[in-house]
Amino acid sequence: MAQHVVPRKVYFAVFTALIVLTATTTGVSFLDLGPWNTVVALGIAFLKATLVVLFFMHVRYSPRLTQITIAGGLFWLAILIALTLSDFMTRGWLPTLQKLGP
Amino acid sequence: MADATAPAAPVTTSAHGGSPELQHQFDTVDQQREASSFGMWVFLVTEILFFGGLFLAYTVYRHTYSQAFAEASRHLDITLGTFNTAVLIVSSLTMALAVFSAATGRRKAIVVFLLATMALGAVFLGVKAVEYSHKFHDHLVPGPSFHFPGPDARPAEIFFSLYFTMTGLHAVHMVVGIGLLTALVLQARKGRYTPEYHTPVEVCGLYWHFVDIVWIFLFPLLYLIGRHIH
Repeated sequence: MAQHVVPRKVYFAVFTALIVLTATTTGVSFLDLGPWNTVVALGIAFLKATLVVLFFMHVRYSPRLTQITIAGGLFWLAILIALTLSDFMTRGWLPTLQKLGP
Repeated sequence: MADATAPAAPVTTSAHGGSPELQHQFDTVDQQREASSFGMWVFLVTEILFFGGLFLAYTVYRHTYSQAFAEASRHLDITLGTFNTAVLIVSSLTMALAVFSAATGRRKAIVVFLLATMALGAVFLGVKAVEYSHKFHDHLVPGPSFHFPGPDARPAEIFFSLYFTMTGLHAVHMVVGIGLLTALVLQARKGRYTPEYHTPVEVCGLYWHFVDIVWIFLFPLLYLIGRHIH
C-alpha cells in the first residue's frame, strides 16, 4: 500500500475547526447549562480529539491493523472507567453496604 | 554471507537495493514504515491508559466534591489556559506541515516547521511556568503552606494535587517531545529525510499530536468547570 499524503488544505480546515471549537468551549463555559456544561465540554473535547486523530495523525488513511489497535485501547479505557464507576457510583444503594461507602 | 544468500533471494536483494534505509528484516519500505507507525501506536495506547487512570481519579473526586472542584477551578487563569490551548493547536498544525514537507521532499521546510513546533512547545511550557509560579505565590500548591478560603480547603487541595500531577506529567511529555524534535532537526538539516524515508518525522508527529490531545481534555476539565457559578 502506497503512502498517503494528506493535502495541506485538509490540515488548514482541521486547524480552523479546532480553533473555533476551543473558542466555543471557553465561551459556553460561562453560560449556566446545569449538568449540560460538562456534557458540552466533553463532547467538544471528544470532537477535537477525533479530528486530530483522524487527520493530523492520519488514522483515516492508516492500515486496518492500526485502527483496530486504537479501538482496542479505547475499549480497555472504557472498561477501566465503566467498571470503576459502576462500583463507586452505586455504593450505598444497598443498606447493608452503607457502612462501606465513601 | 552475501555470497550465499544473494542468488537464492533475488527479490529481497533488489528491494534492498532500492532504499539504503530498508532494514534487512523488512520486505519493503512500506512494510517497514507501517511497522514503525504501528509500534508508536501501541506505545500511545499504553499512554491512553496511563493518562486514563488519572482522568478516572479526577472523575471520582470531582463526583464526590463537585462544589469544591468548581470553586477551586476558578482559581486557574482561563486566559492563559485558552491561550495555551491555541498554542498547542498551532504547534500540531506546524508538526503536521513538517510531516507533509518531508513526504513531499521540501527539505528546508521540514527544518522550519520542526523549529516552529519546538518554539510553540517552549511558549506553552513558559506560560505553564508562569501559571505554576502564580499558584506558589497564592499558596495553592498542596502541602504545608496550602491555603484555600472557605470550608472546602481539603477537597480543593485534592483538586490542586490532581492539577499539578496531570499538567506536570503533560509538561514532562512536552519536554520529551521537544527533545525528540531536536534530534529530528539535526537529522533533517543533513537532508536525511526524503519522500521515500521520513518515518522518524511521522512517528514523532504521532507522539506530538497525542500530547496535544491530552491537553484538549485537561483544559476543559481543569479550567472550565466553575465558570458559570457567580
